Amino acid sequence: MVKRPEHGMTLIVKTITRYTVGLILLFGIYIVLHGHLTPGGGFAGGVIVALSFVHLMLAFGRETAIKKMSEKAAGILEGLGAIMFLLIAFMGLTTGYFFYNFFRRVDTTETLVEYIGRPFALFSAGIIPLCNIAICLKVGAGLFAIFVALTFLKMNGDAAGDGEKK
Amino acid sequence: MTEYILCLILFCVGLYAIMIKRNLIKIIIGLCIMEYSVNLFFTLIGYKHGGIVPIFSSLDETPARMVDPIPQALILTAIVIGLAVTCLIVAIALKIYEKYKTYDIREITRLKG
Amino acid sequence: MFCAKESCSILPLFVAVPLAGAFLSSLLGKTSSKISDFLGSLVPAILVLLSFSFIGLKEVLVYKMGGWIPPFGIVFVVDGLTVLMLVTVNVVALMSTIFSISYMEKYTDKWKYYTLFLLMLTGMNGAVITGDMFNLFVWLEIGAISSYALVAFGTEGEELEASFKYAVMSSVASLFILVGIGLLYSYTSTLNMADISRTLVAKPNANLINFVFILFLLGFGLKSAIVPFHSWLPDAHPSAPAPISAMLSGVLIKSLGIYALVRIFYNVLGVAGGGRVLLVLGLISMVLGALLAIYQKDLKRLLAYSTISQVGYIVFAFGLGTPLGIFAGLFHLINHAVAKALMFLNAGSVVYATDNVRDLDQLGGLREKMPVTANTSLIGSMSIAGVPPLGGFWSKLVIIFAAVESKHWAGAFVAILVSIVTLAYYLKLQKLVFFGKLPVRWENIKESPVLMCVSMIVLSCICIALGLLLLPQLRSVFLDPAVEVLKNGVGYSKAVFENIK
Repeated sequence: MVKRPEHGMTLIVKTITRYTVGLILLFGIYIVLHGHLTPGGGFAGGVIVALSFVHLMLAFGRETAIKKMSEKAAGILEGLGAIMFLLIAFMGLTTGYFFYNFFRRVDTTETLVEYIGRPFALFSAGIIPLCNIAICLKVGAGLFAIFVALTFLKMNGDAAGDGEKK
Repeated sequence: MTEYILCLILFCVGLYAIMIKRNLIKIIIGLCIMEYSVNLFFTLIGYKHGGIVPIFSSLDETPARMVDPIPQALILTAIVIGLAVTCLIVAIALKIYEKYKTYDIREITRLKG
Repeated sequence: MFCAKESCSILPLFVAVPLAGAFLSSLLGKTSSKISDFLGSLVPAILVLLSFSFIGLKEVLVYKMGGWIPPFGIVFVVDGLTVLMLVTVNVVALMSTIFSISYMEKYTDKWKYYTLFLLMLTGMNGAVITGDMFNLFVWLEIGAISSYALVAFGTEGEELEASFKYAVMSSVASLFILVGIGLLYSYTSTLNMADISRTLVAKPNANLINFVFILFLLGFGLKSAIVPFHSWLPDAHPSAPAPISAMLSGVLIKSLGIYALVRIFYNVLGVAGGGRVLLVLGLISMVLGALLAIYQKDLKRLLAYSTISQVGYIVFAFGLGTPLGIFAGLFHLINHAVAKALMFLNAGSVVYATDNVRDLDQLGGLREKMPVTANTSLIGSMSIAGVPPLGGFWSKLVIIFAAVESKHWAGAFVAILVSIVTLAYYLKLQKLVFFGKLPVRWENIKESPVLMCVSMIVLSCICIALGLLLLPQLRSVFLDPAVEVLKNGVGYSKAVFENIK
């Protein structure tokens, strides 16, 4: 099998990647959205989403991955994720404290208990799913941007083991 | 008690790599090993004998038998911080190779005195 | 005063505003550099106004994040010591950003600089405001990581080497701190500072407190460059761009290092000066920093060694453990923060004018061409060296009085000797850089741009005015509440729990 380092890996790897990249992205989004029910949440899901793009870069080469998400888009998404997180925090400030759970509602049947969320339901748990989505955007775009930046420095053909004695 | 001793040994392995090894990349790996050992230490703190995972699968469960979930939250934060530091110093090490043409710390000594 | 006793909702703004500024600067700053300049100066200005509104605070204000009561949630606690640190950090940051509007024209990608600067400011503000141990660690790391990137900002070979060394050593220190926090959590099963101190008083354990004391001394001692752990500082501080050197030497090692050390030792663990440990380490730092500073040929490296020496004074004063010692330590902390920031900004001005020459032998006689820089540098040097009536003289005098009062004659004697050595090398700096004959090379240099001069003049006026802080009226507003908090020791927990609404 001939390796063509400029254009990614071999044919088998490229074929499998075409099928698995979408699945990995979907899995990452699943982990983010169910962050309040199962282990994982924003950071772990964000890393998996970033890994799907890195998988694309490893299999097909840097140019194909940049076409799917350019460095500028990654930078903008990262900033948007952070601003969204801060906005959620500030919206809590309007009704009470910073990061307050502004989805709190009082149950009309029982006046003694304020319901804060319904257990085991997907659309509940206050601001946690929104925070998870914001963190996923920031971490995913940020990690991908870091990988793109690190691969920018190409070695000029020297072996990386120069000067290593031990 | 033995698991804490093993955690300490891992910490010392990382510290040995940072202090003794001469290649920049090996120093970075030593730092990562130290971070893993501190995360492991936190996990061991939260453990309870016969404990189960701190996730409610149904409303009948009580938190009495669950392991402590707070150290797990702290570990998540510490992992993120460790990731950020690792990315930064790997980028710095790559740039150092570009400027000095070597990874050996005995030759990267322009600052003296 | 913006803040009513019931709900102090402007407290989270101290971390939210610089964080929002950092992310907005990274999104919008790419389009034009004027937007990032404007954001970079607006944010510290807002923070200075907010922190001035807290001056004169006598009670303890507690803010619960998300409405969760401690010990279930994170709290922000503002008392006298916090207000002092907030005012110092934000004023020096404002002067640094005003300076860097013109200075950073020589570098590319100014928006990246402002993003990292505002993140570092977030970390510093968060560390002084928080009342929770792990939250302190998180803000510590945010400030430290952005400072690693800022030290390497110029991406020359030497700066990268300095930043790598600083990053590895500081990360190891953070890991020691994390192990200490883990041990405290496993014994007291809470992360809130007030709760930990209350629990440690209720069930004391001398072995644990001693071991955690050593771990925190290793960790925070490295961050504040106390002597066995100082070797990153003479490489890192000169390599950073000048306004960042001013921030690092002036406020980062004070707020992330010394403030955290003092808060934990006095208020949480209750060990005060730790017997003689802080005292001895402070004395060694004083002497070593001063002796090594005399031989330096590089302008900024001399100032970095001088920082080690002056931090030795501060740690010595806190190690005495008496109320007068605490007062002396805090007073010298503020004086040194302002004066050292001024000195590094002056060095930046010299470097800007002479196109990156920092060697003392090649500079000389710059007084005729750069009058503002020369005069403000004279004021800064005399303040640190301890010449009356500038602030540094009064704070060194109080340190020596405190040492004599606690019967540490050797310490007082060494402090006086080291201040003579300090005067010697600052006079050497002034003579070699500003006085003397102007070499032919520098015939055509000009004074720095207006904004840089403005920041230097303001800092030098503050330097002169700080001498007045000894007057009883000003002292009771600024310094006495801070001394009260530390003198209170483990009574901190009672003060916090009484004020939770």
